[in-house]
Amino acid sequence: MTALLDLPPYDVDAAHKTPLLQAALGELTQHHYQQCQAFKQLINGQWPQFNADNAPSIGDLPFVNVRLFKELRLQSIGDDEVFKVLQSSGTTGKPSKIMLDSAAAALQSRTLVKIMQHWLGKQRLPMLILDHPSVIKDRRNFSARGAGIQGLSFLGRNHCYALKDDMSLDIEAISEFCDKFADTPVLLFGFTFMVWQFVVQQLAHQQQRFQLPQGILIHSGGWKKLADQAVDNFNFKQGVLTTLGVSRVHNFYGMVEQVGAIFVECEHGHLHCPSYADILIRRPGSWQLADKGEIGVLQLLSALPRSYPGHSILAEDRGRWLGDDDCPCGRMGRYFEVLGRLPKAEVRGCSDTFGQGGNL
Amino acid sequence: MIDNKLKTIFATALGIDEAAISDELTYGSIPEWDSTAHMMLVAEIESQYDIMLDTDDIIDMSSPAKAQTIIAKYQD
Ligand SMILES: [Zn+2]
Repeated sequence: MTALLDLPPYDVDAAHKTPLLQAALGELTQHHYQQCQAFKQLINGQWPQFNADNAPSIGDLPFVNVRLFKELRLQSIGDDEVFKVLQSSGTTGKPSKIMLDSAAAALQSRTLVKIMQHWLGKQRLPMLILDHPSVIKDRRNFSARGAGIQGLSFLGRNHCYALKDDMSLDIEAISEFCDKFADTPVLLFGFTFMVWQFVVQQLAHQQQRFQLPQGILIHSGGWKKLADQAVDNFNFKQGVLTTLGVSRVHNFYGMVEQVGAIFVECEHGHLHCPSYADILIRRPGSWQLADKGEIGVLQLLSALPRSYPGHSILAEDRGRWLGDDDCPCGRMGRYFEVLGRLPKAEVRGCSDTFGQGGNL
Repeated sequence: MIDNKLKTIFATALGIDEAAISDELTYGSIPEWDSTAHMMLVAEIESQYDIMLDTDDIIDMSSPAKAQTIIAKYQD
């Protein structure tokens, strides 16, 4: 397992990755079965034939519905070992609570940095944060957005916030940043909707343009609100290029329940699995594995989670597996696309597969 | 053990007493050394020693002794 986590993120083809990941995930399944009572009950109830000793293939591993993290405190560590609690931003209902001990927190930051170094280099770049500063003001109680910004800010220096606390543009701060770093690589980071609504749209409205030709924008956070405005990835990139002069734009997909091993979009618009993680697509209803190219529900696998049973999660997002090891960008590993949230009825359907909520 | 200059930097960035800085102190071992304080520590080290730390350094800098080693690497 250590060996897998030490590998570079995009150099390992399926022939080498599959056995390592399978062993790591099998071991994690056993670990959580022994350490987390709720996970044990779930396996016993839903996968009674499952036996981690039989080296199960990745597709046969049990998976936890992401919803369960909202309903239960799932952890494989003692309460006294909890170092950090991550919370999802969930717009409705209870947020997920993810329990990390200090080893898990360290592994998560190390992995995130290793993945981002591939895209940004090792140097910490001047960083323009496309949000407002008070999002990280209360350091003892970050929102999910604050935690994301805090986590990514490790990768930058000379941090500058593009928005004021009232969400209006801080034109003075942006101008100063652009003047100072126009000729150097810079990192821009923000949440997809915030970038669009409060930076791109406001700049366009005020007919302001900036030029950061060596800028790299990293953004994350879901497309739902943008899809409602009929804005797709292409429109988004056009808007960013027009208003900020940034042509290198990478979305990433990742959820708080599987923090660290994120899926970054390459130059060809494909989300790439790093060596430490993988995805499967399942058919809603039967929950059988879907074929390449077929739209279904995303299952996310990660070799990182040891303090909570989040190594195999069924997401509430639809997606499509596009290929393995053969993306035109040259990176190894599986690549895919995310096609938005599951319709409510299908979400209910997925919850029903875990219908023994009563004994959990 | 670390030198006094670095000790003062740690005390300032973490907002703790210099006496509390020992070899046992590690990132996350006290509530004061959280991710926010870590970034302040990095900024303070960079300006006091006039060096530029990369992302590997930030991740590796998990104790005062590690910080001292990392700084030394840039002063050769
Ligand atoms: Zn690619």
